[in-house]
Amino acid sequence: MNYNHFVIPFAAGALILFAILVARYAYWIVQMPRSDRRKAWTGFFRPAFFRSLWEVFRESLIHKKVFRVNAMLGWMHMSFAFGWFLLIIFGTIETKFHKHKVFNMPYDPIFLRYFEHDEKQFFFSQGFSFVMDFLLLILLAATFLAIFKRIRSRFFGMKRTTRLILGDRIALYSLWSVFPLRFLAESFTSGLHHNGGFLTGTAGIAFSSFLPLQQLELPAWWAYSSALFVFFVFLPFSRYNHIPTELFLIFLRNCGIKTSGRFSGFTEFEIYSCSRCGICIDKCQLAEVRPQQTQAVYFLQQIRRNILQPQTTFNCLQCGRCTEFCPVGIKADTLRSIKRTDYSLEYGFSYKYAEEKIPPPALPVDVGYFAGCMTHLTPSIKIAMENIMKKAGVRYHFIDRDGTVCCGRPLSLSGNERQARLLMRENKYIIRNSGIKTLVTSCPICLRVFRESYDLGIEVLHHSQYLLRLAEEGKISLKPTDAVFAYHDPCDLGRGLKIYEEPRMLIARCGELLHTQQEKNEALCCGNSLADFVTPEPRKQEMRDHTLQELLLNNPDALITACPLCKKSLTYGSNVPVKDIAELVAENQ
Amino acid sequence: MKNIVVIGGGIAGMEASAFLAAKGYSVDLIEKNDTLGGRLANWDRLFPTMRRGSEVTEFLAEGVMQEAVKVHLSADIVRVERHHDTFLLVTTQGNELHCDAILLATGYDLFDARRKEEYGYGIYDNVITSADLEQIFSSGRDILTQKGKKPSRVGFVHCVGSRDEKAGHTYCSKVCCVTGVKQAIEVKQQIPDAEIFNFYMDLRMYGMHFEALYKKAQEDFNVQFVRGRLSEAAENLDGSLALKVEDTLAGRPMKINVDLLVLLVGCTPSEGTRKMASLLGLKLGFNGFFKTTDQHTMTNYSDIPGVFFAGTCIGPNTITNAITDARAAATAIDIYLSGNQLANRKMKPHEEFWLYPSH
Ligand code: SF4
Ligand code: SF4
Ligand code: SF4
Repeated sequence: MNYNHFVIPFAAGALILFAILVARYAYWIVQMPRSDRRKAWTGFFRPAFFRSLWEVFRESLIHKKVFRVNAMLGWMHMSFAFGWFLLIIFGTIETKFHKHKVFNMPYDPIFLRYFEHDEKQFFFSQGFSFVMDFLLLILLAATFLAIFKRIRSRFFGMKRTTRLILGDRIALYSLWSVFPLRFLAESFTSGLHHNGGFLTGTAGIAFSSFLPLQQLELPAWWAYSSALFVFFVFLPFSRYNHIPTELFLIFLRNCGIKTSGRFSGFTEFEIYSCSRCGICIDKCQLAEVRPQQTQAVYFLQQIRRNILQPQTTFNCLQCGRCTEFCPVGIKADTLRSIKRTDYSLEYGFSYKYAEEKIPPPALPVDVGYFAGCMTHLTPSIKIAMENIMKKAGVRYHFIDRDGTVCCGRPLSLSGNERQARLLMRENKYIIRNSGIKTLVTSCPICLRVFRESYDLGIEVLHHSQYLLRLAEEGKISLKPTDAVFAYHDPCDLGRGLKIYEEPRMLIARCGELLHTQQEKNEALCCGNSLADFVTPEPRKQEMRDHTLQELLLNNPDALITACPLCKKSLTYGSNVPVKDIAELVAENQ
Repeated sequence: MKNIVVIGGGIAGMEASAFLAAKGYSVDLIEKNDTLGGRLANWDRLFPTMRRGSEVTEFLAEGVMQEAVKVHLSADIVRVERHHDTFLLVTTQGNELHCDAILLATGYDLFDARRKEEYGYGIYDNVITSADLEQIFSSGRDILTQKGKKPSRVGFVHCVGSRDEKAGHTYCSKVCCVTGVKQAIEVKQQIPDAEIFNFYMDLRMYGMHFEALYKKAQEDFNVQFVRGRLSEAAENLDGSLALKVEDTLAGRPMKINVDLLVLLVGCTPSEGTRKMASLLGLKLGFNGFFKTTDQHTMTNYSDIPGVFFAGTCIGPNTITNAITDARAAATAIDIYLSGNQLANRKMKPHEEFWLYPSH
């Protein structure tokens, strides 16, 4: 058996890591709701398992989504993850060949070069030492890139990198030293015993010419093993915790488990899967206008460290851009809205009006129109809708003509789940009572909560979807013009509900639609989100102006959007007319 | 003889031109419209005196005429060049004006009430602005709803586009409160049995006699002042407007119907201000008006030697104060051009932005 005292740090570190992870994961699994647990067990025997393996390969090893953000960044992540993975795999195979037995010590692959000097004695041994050296080279390059990224993040397409805490730093520095130390240790041994490949072999010869390798060899292996020890022990308390945790997250997600309305074992997996890669920082528009550390990465970090501030919880537009770009797919926006329910801010408003509201009588029509509070504040939208429907000969029920009972989403966004439920109950009663089969609303905020939380049992459409249907059925015909338009995707309609095409198809029927730099799932927020309770108004307007700059880059004649709130926000800053899609349709009908 | 170009033929531009010409300078006054008088030309009667605005315009025009100011109407500046301490300005007509000093009197614009869509201007027939109402007054027409009916209830909304963070104008426009009081009285004079409501956040009766006007409106004309912000207006079937107002004194939301709604629109930085700022490379302040060299002592001075300000291009103001300011600017320019040491005094720079939330 191969043994030297220097294997102890590595072995001890690996054991500690294993113990911590097992204990932690077991605890989380116990905390998962029973139904989620059942899904997970059965997942092993279903295609979900293979889907997960494929996703692990794609995202945990290759890091496809990081490549989408920036190629250099992707390369760095891939060479660390995939390179190290291959190093372990090839190293393990190599030792099996070497020993001609299947079971050997788990540290054998790590320290093989120290223990085995006669490398020419087995099948393909030269090939192995080439591959192992090649992988080491890739990992050394990755280390170099990682250090370089800390100094010049712009080369990796990042304006800002994550501000690291102590645990992260220690783990980071130990990781940086692992591969250079391995390189030194293997080179020193090779300098003495000529068992290295093209890299460590050559370096060994060079080192032996001026260094006392006899004395340095053992300390180098000690250093290598100790670096691994530090890395392993700090891993569970650092960003690198994402490496093992993400595997579980991917599997659980593939089993159909979702972030639901409260924190559970599953959300723990989610929170600990954040690699603090920092991609979400630049993608968050708040980072452009305020120095506060409130982005998804910091929010998750604060939860992990148990120091979450209400300030952080409420300083977020809920625009969903972080979630959209997160390579791990963490639903940070949803997690934040769940966290908000911990603080029930009582504003002292009375919601009596909802109970006093007399529901409008049922009408024998199929279509109901729900303008929503915001649309009542942008009356051109509701007037446009009424004109279109009148002209199209649609009989409809204007459910909130005489005032809206709020859909409840603004309240849930502020954490007032209880009052929100109250309003939702009233509204649900009103809508059900109206006897309609299709509910059309002009407000994406209402639409989202109708679809996600109301369980109405009828079709619920955004007015852009409904208008496109009318156009396709020939009930309205649109006159094409020479006008050129840009379209702003509202967050709740776009990333929230994935409605991207219907408004665009309507615009294309009325004129030319320009492309914008970031659109559809990548679209910017108008800045006027109801969800942010911290950012001061001037900073919101700064975000709005930046968004407008992008939208108006190619000088459209008008800017079209599909949300009353976006319309309002953009109108105050735009020098071209801002219209809702319904207004555009009404004008061209 | 030294030349001065005054840009903007409103109240401040007219009076400053006359004063400068009287001091012996050659003055070119550039006005983009085809008449002088600026926004005053659209105003019928003035608070608190109820005198006609045209009387003031005539007085100012008399000065311009008497002092032989060279007036360029329907003209605009398209290019500015700066050579040491002189300037070359090119107008839309192709005139090249060399001068030793420039006075900017580019005034203000009215807030575009359509941007505040929840009030329904441009959407509902019976929503008008204070400027529209002045036009009705000057034309001598009756105040009628769109359907030709005499309104029995009229609402005035204060602070439309002013003191409104969302609208991007956080400052008070100063003149609209007292305009609202004045117009409420005028409507009441025309339709004695109409009920009048003014919806305000605070009433700012800061000028001499303004408070007396306000008192008169309440006591003699029975105008009702409701403290609260209008949250939205909706049109009823008969064309009247249903208002939702948060009555902040009584602490309850209130609903009220009116036949006519008048929006007291605020002042915003003018198009001309933005244009001249970019031609000259001048800084605008946080609120978008010209940034003066000092808030207390150098309000007529810009950061470019030889370029001065007068009137409402640095912030909302009354006619009275615009005239005073124009004369002050004329003096400042005279001191500057005569090489007097007074012009070289300096103040330690102050930071205007400390007042506004930045983070
Ligand atoms: S939340 Fe996602 S994008 Fe942000 S740091 Fe974590 S892993 Fe990266
Ligand atoms: S949801 Fe939007 S505002 Fe909130 S952290 Fe993510 S990117 Fe930033
Ligand atoms: S003068 Fe009165 S109405 Fe005008 S902005 Fe100031 S407070 Fe509002």
